[in-house]
This record gives sequence, structure tokens and C-alpha cells, in this order.
Amino acid sequence: MVKAVKPKDEKDLVQLIRWALAEEKPLELMGAGTKRSLGRPVDAALALDLTGLSGIVDYQPEELVITVRAGTSIALLDATLRQRGQCLAFEPADLGPLYGGPAGSGTIGGIVGCNLSGPRRIKAGAARDHVLGLSGVSGLGESFKAGGKVVKNVTGYDLAKLVTGSYGTLAAITEITLKALPLPEKTRTLLVFGLSDADGVKLLCDAAGSPAEVSGLAHLPSDVVRRSRVDYVKRAGAAATAIRIEGPAPSVVVRLEALKALARGRGPVEELHGSNSAALWSEIRDIAPLLPDRSSDLWRLSVAPTEGPGTFARLCQSMPLAQAFYDWSGGLIWLAVPPPSGPARAEAIRAALPRVGGHATLIRASDDLRRQVAVFQPEVPALAALTARIKRAYDPKSILNPGRMVAGL
Amino acid sequence: MVGVLAMLMPKPEERILAQREAVIAALRELVPGEGTIADPAALKAYETDGLTAYRQIPMAVVLPSTVEQVAAILRYCHGNGIKVVPRGAGTGLSGGALPLADGIVLGLGKFKRVLEIDFANRAVSVQPGVTNLAITQAVEHAGFYYAPDPSSQIACTIGGNIAENSGGVHSLKYGMTTNNVLGVEIVLIDGEIVRLGGKELDAGGYDLLGVITGSEGMLGVITEVTVRILQKPETARALLLGFPTNEAAGQCVADVIAAGIIPGGMEMMDRAMIHATEAYCRPGYPLDVEAILIVELDGPKVEVDHLIGRVREIATACGAVSIRASESDEERLRFWAGRKNAFPAVGRISPDYMCMDGTIPRKRLPEVLERMRALSAKHGLRVANVFHAGDGNLHPLILFDANVPGETEKAEAFGADILRLCVEVGGVLTGEHGVGVEKRDLMPAMFGEADIAQQQRLKCAFDPDGRLNPGKVFPTLHRCAELGKMHVHRGQIPFPDIPRF
Repeated sequence: MVKAVKPKDEKDLVQLIRWALAEEKPLELMGAGTKRSLGRPVDAALALDLTGLSGIVDYQPEELVITVRAGTSIALLDATLRQRGQCLAFEPADLGPLYGGPAGSGTIGGIVGCNLSGPRRIKAGAARDHVLGLSGVSGLGESFKAGGKVVKNVTGYDLAKLVTGSYGTLAAITEITLKALPLPEKTRTLLVFGLSDADGVKLLCDAAGSPAEVSGLAHLPSDVVRRSRVDYVKRAGAAATAIRIEGPAPSVVVRLEALKALARGRGPVEELHGSNSAALWSEIRDIAPLLPDRSSDLWRLSVAPTEGPGTFARLCQSMPLAQAFYDWSGGLIWLAVPPPSGPARAEAIRAALPRVGGHATLIRASDDLRRQVAVFQPEVPALAALTARIKRAYDPKSILNPGRMVAGL
Repeated sequence: MVGVLAMLMPKPEERILAQREAVIAALRELVPGEGTIADPAALKAYETDGLTAYRQIPMAVVLPSTVEQVAAILRYCHGNGIKVVPRGAGTGLSGGALPLADGIVLGLGKFKRVLEIDFANRAVSVQPGVTNLAITQAVEHAGFYYAPDPSSQIACTIGGNIAENSGGVHSLKYGMTTNNVLGVEIVLIDGEIVRLGGKELDAGGYDLLGVITGSEGMLGVITEVTVRILQKPETARALLLGFPTNEAAGQCVADVIAAGIIPGGMEMMDRAMIHATEAYCRPGYPLDVEAILIVELDGPKVEVDHLIGRVREIATACGAVSIRASESDEERLRFWAGRKNAFPAVGRISPDYMCMDGTIPRKRLPEVLERMRALSAKHGLRVANVFHAGDGNLHPLILFDANVPGETEKAEAFGADILRLCVEVGGVLTGEHGVGVEKRDLMPAMFGEADIAQQQRLKCAFDPDGRLNPGKVFPTLHRCAELGKMHVHRGQIPFPDIPRF
């Protein structure tokens, strides 16, 4: 394990990155380190621990805006927002346990760096839609800010979006301004049991296209349902299609009835309230509870929702032991593939994607496999060249997370 | 010409101007017939966009109708060092489509087809010249609509919306263009055609869709767009609220948000604007108040009725002196009539007006309006305000007469002061109109040199020779080679325990 340094403030960080630039020493950027195994392994001279840059800088609930340092834990951020009846609407996942780490330790810098969003993505948008602005230090050792601290802004290029989801390959984020939104007053989840993947996703797409303003759309096949810790789900013993609605109490009641009418005749139904509903959606959000243990490779497939079941069915032809569940109305497939693993498997998975508009990301696998295969979906040559030019523009000496996203970059 | 401002654009290159005939001939080869325009009278139609204070006749206008033609035009311009200004409907308010004397305008007006409507995936793919409203019209038979609704939605194109990251009155609840676009096809300056995003979400790789949106035609030319469509809310109702002070209206906005309510729209108008619109179209606004708020709630009927009740209570507690809730769609639309006619209403009381577009933290509104009154006195020009109060996006309309020598310059100076004030109180230069040429020279008020350099590095990665829409957004043009230079700092480092390798 490489040695870690922990700058105590932005000034420290700038000096450190300038030193790394002068000496051409690559750095592995991390917050709490919960997602160090996400992306390609980084060959770094030094790990850069950013948790020293921590704390709430400014919170204006009535402006729906909060500014925090990047190393602030999600737990602290959540608690701060919750006190004023607000939340991060994109539902950041806690991926600690997925990689064998502790729960509840991830930082906002890590979530934004990886653009990770939970089930509410389909209604509220992704992490990138909630980042209003940020500050950081580029691979040139320059401090800069991008975006603003208000909810509506189009001044200059949206570099905050470029840095969000760049896995620390363009800049070390120091401070982030996020949009905060009201916590939903009331939540209900409608479960419909026993549907095939195709029928389940059909119901999800029907619900998404109805006026019910749904905020969670997932389908759990029967082998996944068994692992749920939510009693109502587990004991059904059949596939569960879950539809979540949130909002003012009288509205939730009416919309739930509308969804029941939509589901009528498709399968037996159940309603989840309060803590059961919350528990189910956090299992879906955090992935780990619903899929087999760490001996399986984990893939994240992103497709048009209606393409989800067909994609998984094609995969099952060559790997019958694969397990999966669907979020985002069927468009997000979490796929667990048991051993044997290897590059040929990766090729088979990418070959099963729809010909247009499908992406596969290797989320969890051995270091070896993540070096051998493209972790992120390979880009067409013109796009790959553009990506390389952007990386070199901000980090010409490849000192920030080199190779995390693309080998050699 | 009276009322036209001089804007310092990159100096026209003699080398290019001298080749005008050859450039036109080459464009005619690529886009024959009426698709290439070189006649001076016809070119005049393209000399300006929605920001009419600046005008420039371009060298030529080319109107391709296929993506292959767009690619060929860009390849030719790239190879021959010719500047390209992309243009949609030309409704932009910041001068993003202002032509260059030594450049061509590439108009996307012939890209007018709706390509695919996919209700199951709630996605619609269109060509970039399709208007914003036409997308809604293509899907409304099934109860769907496209949410962002800039006030020019009848005319403005979706390609232009993406270039400018357009907003509208519903953006607090439904987001801006960037939050509603799923994918684009763009042509890069070297003629490469690439697709970003699609019906699948968050695919990985750098978020190039995110940076193309709002890049003001400087990174690539958009040739196809896929957007998210939503099911139209079952009901919409509005409250028309009158307040004795701007402070009270501002407090009401803050209290609604603090109560966890995100209205579909929340608009404020000041006294000057209330009187102008009431005189223009008689929407029935109270005239004895300092400010009015229109708060629109949308969603299932039971939710809307419930929230109307809660907002009514909040408004009462904040001292509203006039409260009306719409009981029919006609009444709701009447509440909006004044707001929607704010611009023509001001056009009635003043020969010319300039519409500004800053965003401020909402709580600073009373202070900003107060200081704006002082600026109004200083510059000797009147101002009327409409305000997307929910998201802090302020649209002061500066009233002036372009036929009075010097007034246009005064209006511009007043506008610049207002935008600097927005930045000073923690806001930004533009909430939804873009920087273009209008706010270009104010960029340093908001961004430091290093911040602007980071943005220009992105430009260099896409367009190293600076041929796509140069002269917009950035106050100074840096050569990309200059930006690429590194300053290596050797010396003491703060971590003496770092291992030496």
C-alpha cells in the first residue's frame, strides 16, 4: 500500500500538487477510500487523502443551497440537511459495504467525483444535476472555481459538470455547492408480485409515463428478492416490482390508488409504508444487500429502460448463473456474474448490449481483471481522442489518478 | 446606425476577407442552390439575433440540410481557417449568434424533423431546428410535454436551447435545459460526428453532454437532440398575491420554500412592471401594492388544492394585502397574462428596453431592488423588474430611447452596474440568457484569471484553432499554445515525510 498524505487545507493541497507536477509523481486521490476499487487500479507514488478538507462552509435552507468541503462525510451532510427538512434529492449510494468496507463513511467528494445517484435519479436527476458549483485544484496546480452558488446559472462553460464524474482525473475537488431539496413529507411503495422481467419493466414504464409522478421504479427477480431484509418483500418468494411515490400526504394517497388501478390484473399487490419502504429503497440504492457476495464480478449496465429485460435475457444465454436486478425503470441493470471471470466474459457482456445506446461498467472485480479490460465502456475513436485532449488540458503530466478511467491516460 | 453599439470583436483577417469569392464558391459546392447565401440584401437578415444592439453582416450564410453537409462545411472551414458562427432561430438575447465580418453563419433552420417519439422510454429525438414548442405539440396528444419553456418557445429552436442552456418560468421545479436533455449528436470542428448520451442514463466517461449544454456554439455544432418528456400535470392553479413591500413579498417566497413547497412557477413583479402590464392588457392586478407574486402549483388535483391552502396561509402570515386563488383555467391564465406580456407592455411605455438576466440569492432581493433604484437615478433611466422569484433569476428591463444620442450607451452602463451588483451579493451574471457578447467583458467580475483559463482549456480541447464562434463568452482570446504552458514550481513542500523516490 502506498503512503498517504493528508493536506490540511487548500493551500497545502496546491503546494502538494505543484510538487507532484514538478517531480512527476502520480497521486491517487481519495476521500474516505470507500471506492478505491471502483475504476481501474491507479499506479500512484502517493495517496492523497482529502478528508482533511472537511466541514459545512455555508448552508442557506431558504435558498436551497449548501456549500461543503469535499472531504465532508455524507453522514454529516445528511444530518445537517435533515435538521432543516431537506436532503440531497439524487439519493447518493453508500457503496462502502459493496467493497467490503464500513457503512456510512463515504464523502461527498467521492460521490460527486463518481457521479453516483440512487433510485430517485429518474425523477430528480443525477448528482451532476445537483452540483451548482465547485472549487478544485487542477493537474496544473492551479486553484479554480466553476459554476456558482445559486440554483440558476449559465455563466461560462459548465465545468462543474465536467469535473463531476471525472473520477479525480482532472482536478482535486476542494469545495462543492449543492442544491438541497425538501424531504418528501410522505412516502409509499407499491409492490406487485410475480411478474416476469419483461412484464415488470413494462409496468415500470407505464407508471413512469402516467401522471403519478413516481420517484422510484425497480424490479427484483425472485432470486434477488430472497436476499431482501424487508419482510414483506422476502416472504413473497416471487419477483417484486416496486413503485415509489412521495409528496404531501393527500396527494400520495390519491396517486397510490391510481397506480393500483394501473397494476390491476397484473399480479398480487402489497403496500410498504415508512421504515419498510425506506429499507427497501436503501437496499436498491446500495446494491450490496441484494446481490451475491464479493466472489462475483459486478457490472452496471445502462440502457434504454425498455431494452433492460432483453439485454439481461441475452446475457443469461451465455452465463446462466448471472443474477441481476433493475432500477431506473429497467434502464439500470446491476449484474452479478459468478466465477470463472476473465476478459472473455467482459467481451460477452458488452456484446449483449443493444447495438445503439448501451454501456457496461465493471463496478467490482479483482485488480487484475480491472487492469485487463476496459472498466468503462470504450469510446469511439473520435470521442476517445477528445477525452484524451481534455485530460491533457487539465493534467498534462498525468499526476491525478492516472489510468483510473482509461489505461494510459 | 442609431442605437447600435460598437462591440470589439476579433479583428477580421485580411487574408480571409480577400478570399470571399473562393469561400462562397466552395460553400456552393457543398450546399448548392439557395442553401448558400452571399447576396448582401439577403445577408442582412442574419446581421443580428435577439440582441439587436449589435449588428454585423457575415461573409456568407450557409444553410445545410444534412449532417454530412454540416461535417463537410466544418471540415472545409477548419482546413482553411475560416470562422463559423452557428445559428438556430436567432432569438438569443445575449448575442451568441452575432456574425463576424470574416466568418460564415451556419444556420440549422432546415433541420426541422421530429425523428422519433418513444413514449415508453419518455424520450423524443428531433433535429436541432425544431422549435421548443413543437416538441410539446408532437407529444401532447398522449398527455406529454417538454418542460423547459423559455418565453420565446414559439420561435426558439431546441438546438439553440441547448447551446444557451435555456430556462423558463418552470425551471425551479423542472430544471433547465441541461436537466432535461438526454443526448445529442454533434459535429466537431474537424468534421467528426459524435454522439453523446442517449436514452440510457449516466453512461460514464466525461460528461461532455453536460459541457456542450450551455457552451454557446463554441465547442461543436449540434445536429440531433434527444430530450426527456414528462406527463403533463393533471391540474394547475395559481395564486395572485399583492404585498405592501418588496421585503414582505421576498419573505413569502422564502417561507414557501422553507415549508418544503417547490411551486411549478413563482414569479414576482415590481410596482413599475405591475402598472405597465395593467395598462397594457388589464390582467386585473392590484395597483396599490409594491410587489405581486404569482405562485403556481401543479400536480394531482388534491395536491394542488392542498398546497394552494398552505401557500395562502403563508402569504397571509407575511402580510399579503391581496390574495386571489384561480378557480378556473381562464382565471389562472389571466393571472399570467400580465407576466407573459411584460416585454410588450414595457415596449408600450418606452421606445426601447434592454432585458438583463442576473441571478441573486433570493434573500438579497429587497436590498438589490433598493440599490437598483439608486442606480436608476444615477444613470437617469427607468427600470422595471420581473423576477423568477423561486430561483432568484432577476430580469430588470431598462427603459431607454435609442434615438436619443448616448442613451443606448447609458443603458448598457446601467445594465453592467446591475450585473456587477448581482455578483457582489453572491449571485451570477446570467441565469438563463447566456454570456454571448453582451456579458463577455463582465466575466472578470465573477471569475478570476485562473477560472477563465480553465474554461478556455476546454475550448482548446474541442477547437484548438478557435474557429467556432470566437469573440463570445471570453473577454480575451488566448492562444491555446499559451494556455498549455506549464509553470513548474520547484521548492519546499509542506510534507517533509513524503518518501523520496
